[in-house]
Amino acid sequence: MTESASSSRKRRWEIIMALSLAAGILWTMFSRVPSAIGAPLSVAPSPREGFLAPDFTLDTLDGNKVTLSGLRGKIVVVNLWATWCLPCRQETPALEKAYEQYKDSGVVILGVDLTNQDLVSDVESFVQEFKLTYPILLDRDGSVGYQYQIKGIPTTFFINRVGIIRTMVVGGPMSETFIRSKIEALLKESQ
Amino acid sequence: MYPYLRLGPFLLQLPLLALLAGLYIGMSLVERESARLKLNPSVIGNMIFYSLLAGLVGGRLGYALEFPGLYSSNPLSLLALTPSTLSPSMGLTVGLITFVIFLQRNRLPLRPTLDALAPGLALFMVFTGLAHILSGDAYGTPTSVPWAIRLWNDYRHPSQFYETFSALMIFLVIRERFPKPEGAGLNFLLTVALSSASRVFLESFRGDSIFWPGGFREAQVIALVIMAISLYWMRKWMWLDSASEVKSLKGVNP
Repeated sequence: MTESASSSRKRRWEIIMALSLAAGILWTMFSRVPSAIGAPLSVAPSPREGFLAPDFTLDTLDGNKVTLSGLRGKIVVVNLWATWCLPCRQETPALEKAYEQYKDSGVVILGVDLTNQDLVSDVESFVQEFKLTYPILLDRDGSVGYQYQIKGIPTTFFINRVGIIRTMVVGGPMSETFIRSKIEALLKESQ
Repeated sequence: MYPYLRLGPFLLQLPLLALLAGLYIGMSLVERESARLKLNPSVIGNMIFYSLLAGLVGGRLGYALEFPGLYSSNPLSLLALTPSTLSPSMGLTVGLITFVIFLQRNRLPLRPTLDALAPGLALFMVFTGLAHILSGDAYGTPTSVPWAIRLWNDYRHPSQFYETFSALMIFLVIRERFPKPEGAGLNFLLTVALSSASRVFLESFRGDSIFWPGGFREAQVIALVIMAISLYWMRKWMWLDSASEVKSLKGVNP
């Protein structure tokens, strides 16, 4: 190939490259969303990271009611579990420790028992065995488990102060360090 | 979307399996390309392995450094198998540094080595798209187009399918004999430039973008910068090659 043919081919590639870059810059400008800063566009409720946590109201083991949306302004950890689930048992002490440490910083841990697969008497024994002080909610008809599209337990959602799910953990057991690091990240986020 | 497959007591994470499959097949492509470019496939394989390993370790240490008090009191937590406790930026930095050190220590020629990585990288991007299809991550913006898919309580752009299709096209361009700039290192730069261009275009259909002031999408701006850098180096290497060709021709025929 002659020198001039090679040069003209390179020039052609240069033009293509310059045009591609110009198109990229124009497209980036064109597809801006001036009203959106920071957060993703969609905050529709859905049980996954980046979305608003679906709302629910459940009875607690001691007869009160808890509504998730009523806890806005607090960091909420929703842990779905059952007494027969081994990893759930293994991570429970870590959850209790984290609750004791962070409850005064505006952190709430909700243990949602899938009561449609469990016995309330077993839940009561479980709470006594582990000396749990965080609220235990009873999902009697499994509606919250369904709403949160649970594929396996334990499943845990770390929710920020405005109700957005930041981390979702399927399976376990979670270590105490892991739980604390996720709570610390949410505390930092809201500073 | 099928993020999990239950096999008895085990819950398999299908997106992770897709990524591992992409890594395995990508590695075999890299080794084949290395042999074609007269590089030692096992040295290149080791380079990838150590860079990935260092990236994982760096990613975990980077995450731990964000919470020094927690991890210093319980250092065994550093070994936990939880992907959500990795710092992607730190992992990438440490992985790249390891790559450069390995390259220099083994005196590997930079440009052919990069070219050896190109087809494997392009194929891995296809599997990343498949992993997103399985997990439902990298989801699209809500839309009313006829091909919208129902996902996360809304009708959305099938952004994961766009991503996979685009990555497949890039893979074909890289692998097959499409007209493209010729010269050592250019196939790799073309892979990076095309992948960045694809992200610049497709990011605007994503519903999980992070926005910067002015409404710019973070990933789009970063991809644009990477695209500009790779195009700049493509141009530089193209003209460098032709300058040395001219020199050698003049040397032969003074």
